[in-house]
Amino acid sequence: MLRYLIEKEFKQIKRNVFIPRLIIIMPLFAMIIFPYAANFDVKNIDLSIIDHDKSSYSQLLIQKVQSSGYFRISNVSGTHDEAMKSIEADESDVILEIPLNFERDLIKEQKADLMVSANAVNGNKGGLGSAYLANIIADYNNEVRVKLMHNVSKVSIPSMELVPLYRYNPTLKYEVFMVPALLVMILAMITGFLPALNIVGEKQSGTIEQMNVTPVKKWTFILSKLIPYWVIGYVVVTIAMGIALFYWNLKPSGSLWTIYIFASLFIVAFSGFGLVISNYATTVQQAILMMFFFMLTFIFLSGLYTPVENMPQWAQLISNISPLKYIMQVFRLVYLKGSSFNELHKQFFALISFAVVFYTWAILSYKKTG
Amino acid sequence: MKAITVQDIKRNYGKVEALKGLSFEVEKGEIFGIIGPDGAGKTTLFRILTTLLLADSGTAIVDGNDVVKEYKEIRKKVGYMPGRFSLYQDLSVEENLKVFASIFNTTIEENYHLVKDIYQQIEPFKTRRAGALSGGMKQKLALSCALIHEPVVLFLDEPTTGVDPVSRKELWTMLKKLQNQGITILVSTPYMDEANLCDRIALIQDGAFMKIDTPENIVAAYDQELWAVKSDDMSKLLKDLRANPGVKSCFAFGDTHHITVGKIIPSALETYLKEKGHSDIRITPIKAGIEDCFMELSEAS
Repeated sequence: MLRYLIEKEFKQIKRNVFIPRLIIIMPLFAMIIFPYAANFDVKNIDLSIIDHDKSSYSQLLIQKVQSSGYFRISNVSGTHDEAMKSIEADESDVILEIPLNFERDLIKEQKADLMVSANAVNGNKGGLGSAYLANIIADYNNEVRVKLMHNVSKVSIPSMELVPLYRYNPTLKYEVFMVPALLVMILAMITGFLPALNIVGEKQSGTIEQMNVTPVKKWTFILSKLIPYWVIGYVVVTIAMGIALFYWNLKPSGSLWTIYIFASLFIVAFSGFGLVISNYATTVQQAILMMFFFMLTFIFLSGLYTPVENMPQWAQLISNISPLKYIMQVFRLVYLKGSSFNELHKQFFALISFAVVFYTWAILSYKKTG
Repeated sequence: MKAITVQDIKRNYGKVEALKGLSFEVEKGEIFGIIGPDGAGKTTLFRILTTLLLADSGTAIVDGNDVVKEYKEIRKKVGYMPGRFSLYQDLSVEENLKVFASIFNTTIEENYHLVKDIYQQIEPFKTRRAGALSGGMKQKLALSCALIHEPVVLFLDEPTTGVDPVSRKELWTMLKKLQNQGITILVSTPYMDEANLCDRIALIQDGAFMKIDTPENIVAAYDQELWAVKSDDMSKLLKDLRANPGVKSCFAFGDTHHITVGKIIPSALETYLKEKGHSDIRITPIKAGIEDCFMELSEAS
């Protein structure tokens, strides 16, 4: 009986104008476009320069800033007020002001002042922008000192330099961090949303009543809804992993088995969550709104964008209720660090618990009417 | 054994009493009609009998099985056609029938003889999606799907609501044929004229039965003097008739008004109406129909 019902589901899915396309387009879009969009690397900071000095030293500084690659010189203003106007017009993010007699002071008094002001409306851009600029200036400062000292004595200046080594993501690429997590997001959408919407759809159209008066058991009916989407989930994960490999050149450092085992666990657990929603919603619209709310909550608490450790204590506590958090950890760890199953016990048990909780809840909230 | 035995079924939705203790019995092979207006509780009763809804109290037995304890047995042998078209609109005519056949572990071929008369009429469109069918064809498909597993009792909830007169007639012809095959049919309808097509009927209003009997007996039990009245100004006529103390009740029935009268003779009423300014007055004594009985009973209760 289950076989016929699953056959029927696949027929309906195939005939749906929307779902087959979604299955192809969603991973493509999420895996190729999102990593560019959800990128926290700050580039193209618009810089407004006020050069009162117009000396060879100030020119050297400007060149250095320009060649760093982080900044785009948006304008060169005569006065501070003018530069402020360009910030107000959102044409520039950071102002660098070089005072009059910058070169003279630097050579004669070995000391000169510079002013950096940043627009902090976008705190991330303002903060990182001025930090980059401070770094470049410090660098420039060193060069100038060496050059000036050179004339005075041959004694080298002791200095310390920090060379960080970024393990597991050596080039600190943001995509490497995002792609495995986005994979999880797609999986959650397909296995959590679609079966629940499908069940609520049958409720809304009344077809579930027609099924309920037949000897079809409730669980047979539900399984006939879940299994097709589980299959689709696997297909989509595989497509998405293909995109990660061929487009981003990213392949899991750990084993594929670990990925698929955890993906299965998550698929089962999260579709249980969909079932809970489907029990409470009577129309597709309600189901979509509920799903949307929980999905946003789960995603923000999952650490997709911001590390969970950055959250306040109470938010970190709440983040434990997001199943996405654990599966994202797994995907990132397996992809980047090559963690094996033995190192992922905590996540394994967390996902098992989610499955138990969701299915118990789904069974309890399902009111048997006859 | 009766096909359906219902005893004192009650069901509330919050504070609304949808069913106020219904009891009735349906004989095997009978067409039993539940006749009453929208909101009378017809669908609630059907949902209880088809195991989709639990009653608050009372018992219901369908073909020897209790609807609560033995719901699984009932689901194997009843057919249910809800008032609203509830088949898969994105599957074709044939696919829908196939789904329901396979759920009951049978095939279209095996039980073709059961649905043949009905299904043959829509078979030319078997590859068409159910959603693209006309109302009458949808009805035939739904009936085919409800019959494919050879049910012993068929529940039809308002099968003729929103269906054109020709299809309505066809449907009743089909029901008579099914009855001849030995299937018990419980059918609900808001149309009083369909009552005469049933073997027995129950008149329902506000969750309670007013009368259960054969249509003939119900009509025969009508003891009022009934006239049909017509004039050139029908809406004014209704008011004027109701204002006359000799008229006990007056209802609009299509192109005439039906009145029940006390101590008054037709000529006196005609004079009264003429005084009120009516012309073309026609007053004819008539025999009561089911609708007159329904009105009478609902007035009384």
